[in-house]
Amino acid sequence: MMEMILSIGIGVFAASGVWLLLRPRTYQVIIGLSLISYAVNLFIFSMGRVRIDVPPVLKSGAPGDPATLADPMPQALVLTAIVIGFAMTALFLVVLLAARGRTGTDHVDGREPD
Amino acid sequence: MSHETLLLVALILPFAGSLLAGFLPTHARNAAAVLAGSVSVAGSAIVVWLYASVADDGPVRLWIDWLPTLGLDFTLRLDGLAWLFAILIFGIGALVVLYARYYMSREDPVPRFFSFLLAFMGSMVGIVVSGNLVQMVFFWELTSLFSFLLIGYWHHTAAARDGARMALTVTATGGLCLLVGVLLIGRIVGSYDVDQILASGELLRDSDLYVPALVLVLLGAFTKSAQFPFHFWLPHAMAAPTPVSAYLHSATMVKAGIFLMMRLWPVMAGTDAWFYTVVPAGLVTLLLGAFAAIYQQDLKGLLAYSTISHLGLITLLLGLGSPLAAVAAIFHTLNHAIFKASLFMAAGIIDHETGTRDLRKLSGLYRYMPFTASLAMVAAAAMAGVPLLNGFISKEMFFAEAVADHTGSLLDDSLPYWATLAGVFSVTYSLRFIFGVFFGPPPVGLAHRPHEPAHWMRFPIELLVLICLMIGIAPGVTVGPFLATAVKGTLDGTVPYYSLAVWHGFTLPLLMSFIALAGGVALYLALRRYLDSGIEGPPLLRELKGQRIFEKVLVTLSWQWARAAEATLGTRRLQAQMRIVVALAVVAALSPFIVGGAVGTGGLPGTRVAPGFAILWAIGIACALSAAYQAKYHRFAALVLVGGSGLVTCVTFVWLSAPDLAVTQLLVEIVTTVLLLLGLRWLPKRIENVYPSRPPLPVLLRRYIDFAIACGLGGVMAFLSYCLMTRPLPQSVSRFFVENAYAEGGGTNIVNVILVDFRAFDTMGEIVVLCLAGLTVFALLRRFRPAPESIESPEQQRIQDAYDEAAPDRTLGDTVTDYMLIPRLIMNWLFPVIAVMAVYLFMRGHDLPGGGFAAGVTLSIAFIVQYMASGTRWVEDHLRVLPLRWMGAGLLISAGTGAGSFWFGYPFLTSHFQYLDIPFIGKVPAASALLFDLGVFALVVGATVLVLIALAHQSLRSNRAAQAAEGGE
Repeated sequence: MMEMILSIGIGVFAASGVWLLLRPRTYQVIIGLSLISYAVNLFIFSMGRVRIDVPPVLKSGAPGDPATLADPMPQALVLTAIVIGFAMTALFLVVLLAARGRTGTDHVDGREPD
Repeated sequence: MSHETLLLVALILPFAGSLLAGFLPTHARNAAAVLAGSVSVAGSAIVVWLYASVADDGPVRLWIDWLPTLGLDFTLRLDGLAWLFAILIFGIGALVVLYARYYMSREDPVPRFFSFLLAFMGSMVGIVVSGNLVQMVFFWELTSLFSFLLIGYWHHTAAARDGARMALTVTATGGLCLLVGVLLIGRIVGSYDVDQILASGELLRDSDLYVPALVLVLLGAFTKSAQFPFHFWLPHAMAAPTPVSAYLHSATMVKAGIFLMMRLWPVMAGTDAWFYTVVPAGLVTLLLGAFAAIYQQDLKGLLAYSTISHLGLITLLLGLGSPLAAVAAIFHTLNHAIFKASLFMAAGIIDHETGTRDLRKLSGLYRYMPFTASLAMVAAAAMAGVPLLNGFISKEMFFAEAVADHTGSLLDDSLPYWATLAGVFSVTYSLRFIFGVFFGPPPVGLAHRPHEPAHWMRFPIELLVLICLMIGIAPGVTVGPFLATAVKGTLDGTVPYYSLAVWHGFTLPLLMSFIALAGGVALYLALRRYLDSGIEGPPLLRELKGQRIFEKVLVTLSWQWARAAEATLGTRRLQAQMRIVVALAVVAALSPFIVGGAVGTGGLPGTRVAPGFAILWAIGIACALSAAYQAKYHRFAALVLVGGSGLVTCVTFVWLSAPDLAVTQLLVEIVTTVLLLLGLRWLPKRIENVYPSRPPLPVLLRRYIDFAIACGLGGVMAFLSYCLMTRPLPQSVSRFFVENAYAEGGGTNIVNVILVDFRAFDTMGEIVVLCLAGLTVFALLRRFRPAPESIESPEQQRIQDAYDEAAPDRTLGDTVTDYMLIPRLIMNWLFPVIAVMAVYLFMRGHDLPGGGFAAGVTLSIAFIVQYMASGTRWVEDHLRVLPLRWMGAGLLISAGTGAGSFWFGYPFLTSHFQYLDIPFIGKVPAASALLFDLGVFALVVGATVLVLIALAHQSLRSNRAAQAAEGGE
């Protein structure tokens, strides 16, 4: 049951990501966001169902038959999501570093809890 | 050019001129004035040229489909009414431009002034020629915006800023009400098209939504046209330069509300609801404005309140609902625009020449500027309604309508008395204007001796006063035909009989006119002593200030309530907010299962499991869990572990038929890891075991709750994806992509064809986001201040340096060079290899896995590897990477490719492809989408490298800063 394995994997990625998202230190949050984006990308990708050995690349110049190819649409969505995810991670990292420099702490509230 | 095109040109001209004026040098006063003048004259010429067509063949229409399914099209429609307003806007605009050329000081940034003025002119024209109500509201809000900029032009004075803000708040809020009202009308009629709405009067008036729509539309009109109780913004808008006041408060801005009421008059007027809202509002505005105008000490203030009063008069006429009253309203709109523009200009000249507008300081100016004084007196007489001037004729029509019977109610019956009283007031304030400024003893305490202004500054007034006289003496010949055309346009064909003449015999209106004249003179004489005492503001109403109420409301809403809401609902703690967000997400994801009953898994037979896949995911799950566990104290380990989960994701993509995703994921994984590694250095050391024994109970509780939330979300997501994956795939747009990828897009890699062809617009948006993220990172890092304890070099580097320094035969940095010798050699040689790889990925992208994104990230890896191998300093000495150029070029190439299809008459981003036969290589696919992908490639390279370099650069900068600090000590 590939589907079962994949969905459990998505669930674990998401759960680990959310756990980290709720932590107080910025580095934990950025790691959590990475994990969540894996989970979400896989989730969206899995909307095209589990298909093996049928990449959405046409063999010849002939029009393709949707039944014999993997669904290209979720893949197109995820492809840009991966790159945007990188941009988001970069931006968040820099905000994190700037906040740490400015406030002197890496707590997500910008100050140490009392 | 056809008439339709000309109309479009007339609308576009002012905006184009505005843009151009904005680019002129700050002190190019003459160039800007010439530009603005030519635009307004050209606009007037076009409108005049179109007159014959409008008068003979009915409205000129231009129709461009935009969003036909939503009933939103770009429609222009020039009928008689719109024509009259358009000629006022362009004609008086041209005069105002001429006047402003002399009025504005050399020190002011005049091109900006003309830029705003032209944009405002364009927006105003947009309102009157819009054939679609939603489109009209758009221009309506534009006028609010540009009037804000114009009123606040002298933004160094507080009065200008406050006045501008108040005008914007009041009129833009009214505009929002109007939008809702228009949407309601559209809902009732089923169209936003003016022609259709004008044809559906009965449907509209009988609808249940008529009253709400009416109230909302009137709110828009009343706020714009300064009707009571929204009149208070207008006097404060007098902080604007006088040419602006002359333009906004005579022919434009405030007349927009009047125009709107006229436009919708045939379909919305005539009901009791209309009569009892519009008439009282107009009447109160008429009387209050005139009463307050008498007591103003500021010259422009007097004119402002008189404007309010005249707007009230027009509104009242429109409220009466009879066609004759509407004719009078149109006529008075025209007359008021003409004499009020000239009066404002005269006030500006007085201000310009004497340095004050205070009636207490001004007097006896006749002897210094007899010509201007005579002109102003004629215009003021027109305002008072003296015979043989244009104001007299329309006021006469107003009196006649006041006397006529409309509804027979008490309000209707009392109108003649109120009208006469208002007439008395207007004579009084006109007298005050004339006698206060031009007669009496010579002024004392003026900065310099006043004299006549430059001739061309006075010319607009001369022309306007001449028109006042011409209309006043021979109305039938001069203005008659144009008025008739405008009336035909307004009243939707049914034109009542009216006579434009100075002499109608001894009638009741004539008697009222004389009572008003005599009463006005008497009142002025009676009040003279009181007025000369110099008290500011009208008696009885002095304490009632709309401004104060307005500000109180504003403070309450935007400060007190906001603070209260923040205090009760807000928190500065991020974790608490995140907890709520995530918990809500869990509930939302669960809701279909709860509401829709037991939703089971689908019936699709599962795919047979491959052992490798199970092992792979066992590793992935272990990586994710341990990353979550280690992220607090062992950042490096966590980073490696997250990389592990990323690789598992990547392999999953390969396994499940998504080679493109796998390639991109792998490359992005590398870049992300490098990025985070660069960031690690700036994070504080984490002390393990904050709590000596075990954490206190609240902390433990919080962790349990978080754990539960995390497990909840993970579980829901797993279940949801399992349910979905076991269901058959529904029909979707994918079928189209698969079937047409080759035929329409010329590529065999369907994912790539979707990205660069079918959904290229989305990709365009996405690369813009990437670009913005890169620039934001760059901007943030320019001002980066590391925490004090992170400024020092890292521990390893210090040990190496100490070793180098201790050994006599070594120089600083030798150790790291030695260590890196072989890797560096390899990595240097890798550069061309990776670059070729990038080109390869790019070229094959359209037909095989690869493409612009993947190639871009690859090339940026090639750059980064150089940084890692040889150090920032070496790379920057040997290799000039200009990421900003890459990004700019990428964006331009993509957008340019997209816009290129306009050239061939296709929509944005239509792609073209064919196969080129190149000798020795053979057939090569050449699609314009490839060019678009090239843009994507360049931008991705630029953005990625920019982010990485900016971050890598920080250690150099902070080193330098540390050295500078040491050197200074």
